[in-house]
Amino acid sequence: MTALLLEIFDTFRNTLDDVAPIIGTLFFFQYVVLKKPLANLEKILVSLLMVVVGLTLFLVGLQEAIFPLGDAMARQLTDPAFLYPAGQTPTYLWDDYLWVYAFGFAIGFATTIAEPALIAVALKAEEISGGAIAAFGLRMAVAAGVAIGVSLGCFRIVSGTTLWTYIVVAYVVVLLQTMRAPKMIIPLAFDSGGVTTSTVTVPLLAALGLGLASTIPGRSPVIDGFGLIAFASVFPIMTVLAYAQFSAWQIRRQSR
Amino acid sequence: MNAVIVSLQLMVRPLLGALRDLSPILIVIVVFQTLVLQQPIPNLGGMIIGFLCVLLGLALFVQGLESALFPIGENLAHAFANKGSVFWLLLFAFLLGFGTTVAEPALIAIAGKAADIAAAANLIESDQLARESYADGLRLSVALSVGLAILIGVLRILRGWSLPWLIVSGYLLIEIMTPFAPEEIIGIAYDAGGVTTSTITVPLVAALGIGLASSIEGRNPVLDGFGLIALASLLPMVFVMIYGLLVLA
Repeated sequence: MTALLLEIFDTFRNTLDDVAPIIGTLFFFQYVVLKKPLANLEKILVSLLMVVVGLTLFLVGLQEAIFPLGDAMARQLTDPAFLYPAGQTPTYLWDDYLWVYAFGFAIGFATTIAEPALIAVALKAEEISGGAIAAFGLRMAVAAGVAIGVSLGCFRIVSGTTLWTYIVVAYVVVLLQTMRAPKMIIPLAFDSGGVTTSTVTVPLLAALGLGLASTIPGRSPVIDGFGLIAFASVFPIMTVLAYAQFSAWQIRRQSR
Repeated sequence: MNAVIVSLQLMVRPLLGALRDLSPILIVIVVFQTLVLQQPIPNLGGMIIGFLCVLLGLALFVQGLESALFPIGENLAHAFANKGSVFWLLLFAFLLGFGTTVAEPALIAIAGKAADIAAAANLIESDQLARESYADGLRLSVALSVGLAILIGVLRILRGWSLPWLIVSGYLLIEIMTPFAPEEIIGIAYDAGGVTTSTITVPLVAALGIGLASSIEGRNPVLDGFGLIALASLLPMVFVMIYGLLVLA
């Protein structure tokens, strides 16, 4: 318990340093450049304290629960004792890891559907497009993209193929889609690549990738462990563009 | 005493929100542990305490953002869009990107993890100091690049540049740089693009873009308002690779 309190205190002091720049920026522009004092300063100061305390607890909890859990699950799902019946020699072939891909798919989908930043952007998009872009459809398209991206990213770590090749191919596909997709969706599609990977998803995916890379023989955590987040950022662009292309095609077919 | 009760009641909604955000993840974890792996969750007590910390932390954090930072940020964006000079607007855009990214919890987590791994692979000294300076260097390069990206994005909205061209040339640059960058930095660099743009950054930056695009004549909020986050995901990849070239190579 004392160790936990000490960790919370330590993290709190670090967090204070980290939040200072943004608070400094907002206050500088409010008071020095625009010269408009804030209406209810007291409430804002309390809220800022909540931000710092919240960030602290979040980071401590991350270290205590999310990182170890991601690590442990990746370790268990890739453990030869789980993958192979007793007495069978482990072969470490890519198709022995089907549960890992399924886990990647499920966790990618689950975290994205729940993503608050994505919900905010999706609602905003529906609002300013006058309903032409449906918030729910957009969120499903993004979640599907993350799910596909994460499971493919796990396959990449297991098979040990280079990250570069996948990313190049993915962006070529995105490029071709960009030339054909309805123009209105393009900025939003590119944005959704960045929106998907949030405060919860990122640590969990990093732990999964590093856990996978350190259990499979011949993989280096440094080279193979990262990269899952990159997959989770590219594929939503593809699925959102595809979703827009599909909707446009449906409308064309109906009007014929 | 009353004030405490009122603030506790105020916390119920964000706590439920945080629980809703985290519950699909909990379901996936529980299903896989019990049905697929058929094993108990290791160190259950510690995990529960940790999860409660994450839940409470996320709720407090989101609540604090919504009642303090978002309104200030949105007001500022609108005030600048309406009358501010271009210099102050660009400076604000840069500092907003830089400030939100330096404070980003996901980035802090990833930079620390990346430093531990680089130390384990003997790429940097393994003492505390060397690891901290490596992690801080990573965070600074990412924060600088996000600041620059938001600045470029705001310029794009002002000038009406085409987003696909900016994005395509950015990714071409990345794909040309990749073979030259040290192998150990590439995964982290590609991940840094996704890491930067999360819960603090996205709504603030989206408010800035849409606010600007709807106050400038001849700009369409859908076509011009979005795109800032895309640029903020792209430039960090370039900067982290440069950092890798400088520090590891």
